[in-house]
Amino acid sequence: MFCEKAVELIRELHRMGDGQLPAFNEDGIRQVLEEMKALYEQNQSDVNEAKAEGKSELIPTIKFRHNCLLRNQRCIAAYLYDRLLRIRALRWEYGSVLPTNIRFHMCAEELEWFNQYKKSLATYMKSIGGEGGLDITQDMKPPKSLYIEVRCLKDHGEFEIEDGTVILLKKNSQHFLPRWKCEQLIRQGVLEHVIS
Amino acid sequence: MDTQSYMPVPPGIGMEENFFSLDDILLSHERLPCRLQTTFPRLGFLEKSSDTQDIPEGTKMEMPLWLAKGLYEQKRRVLTVELPKVYREGWRTVFGADPNVVDLHKMGPYYYGLGSQMLHFDSPENPEVAQTILQTFIGRFRRIMDSSQNAYDSDTSALVERLDCLERALFRAGQSGLNAFQRWEKGHAHLTASNLVINYRKRKLADMNS
Repeated sequence: MFCEKAVELIRELHRMGDGQLPAFNEDGIRQVLEEMKALYEQNQSDVNEAKAEGKSELIPTIKFRHNCLLRNQRCIAAYLYDRLLRIRALRWEYGSVLPTNIRFHMCAEELEWFNQYKKSLATYMKSIGGEGGLDITQDMKPPKSLYIEVRCLKDHGEFEIEDGTVILLKKNSQHFLPRWKCEQLIRQGVLEHVIS
Repeated sequence: MDTQSYMPVPPGIGMEENFFSLDDILLSHERLPCRLQTTFPRLGFLEKSSDTQDIPEGTKMEMPLWLAKGLYEQKRRVLTVELPKVYREGWRTVFGADPNVVDLHKMGPYYYGLGSQMLHFDSPENPEVAQTILQTFIGRFRRIMDSSQNAYDSDTSALVERLDCLERALFRAGQSGLNAFQRWEKGHAHLTASNLVINYRKRKLADMNS
């Protein structure tokens, strides 16, 4: 049956229901596009024949293929759109710099889209909240205190806080830091929030 | 659980399908028993059982819902669609007796969705099908709501196992509400790593071990 390849793409995304981004399936997309091209050409020649020779019995077949074309189109559009939703979510979960293994899963156009999204978000955040702008990706949970106790889960290197002191984030070391500085690192799994 | 930044396109409601919804695309891939009432020339290769060039009128074949929906016409007889077993008289009696004992995941997993979609095709049984779906949902909803509101911090896989897709979504919504409420009550302000990040790391570890 037609359109099996296209549904395979959808299944691939559906299996990862939590929003992880699987590698861009360039090969799958190409196969679907080839099938669509073949369907289109067959339909084109059948339409010409039906018109020229008045063969109206071909119409059911033409409609059949046309439905397959629409179906393939829907699957591909949904595949690309759902991936964009996932990529947008990455900006909020990881911050503006993505780990390389995730970047490898994106195609060139998706990287371009991610950069554009990053830019528009930054422009928006600069335009609100007075002089310095407002980072709306901060304080996803309401803060209880300005400083929190954190423990390093892996070596992260040097880290500068607002008064200019540089601290070394070494595995298993514990620090008392401004909450807004480390919220992102906690989300990324570099630091762990310690509650005594 | 956590505030999720990835929110997939929700499935359509009732007889509507949502164009971009992954769930609806998989739902419309369910196969239905059909009987063709017209000949489809030059498509014989799709029917494995015969090696004629055309698919002749009167052929019985399985078609995915999206195709049946696209080809179906009320005025001209192109094809007739038969009800899948779970919506027929026999099963309707079972659902009428006690909807709670049925494993809808095995029967579906899109029991409600497919049932609503079947109403697109003219059939004298349609009112009964619609009624059965509705009553089944009413009959099962209470238990789903109860279990989703009371299973806190425990393994829910046994509860979810026999639920249809729609019911699972309801169960998850109930659970996340319960969890959020509990967190609020305890006054937790604990910052945690994002679920997405954690899951990625799990996968990376698995890759390294293999």
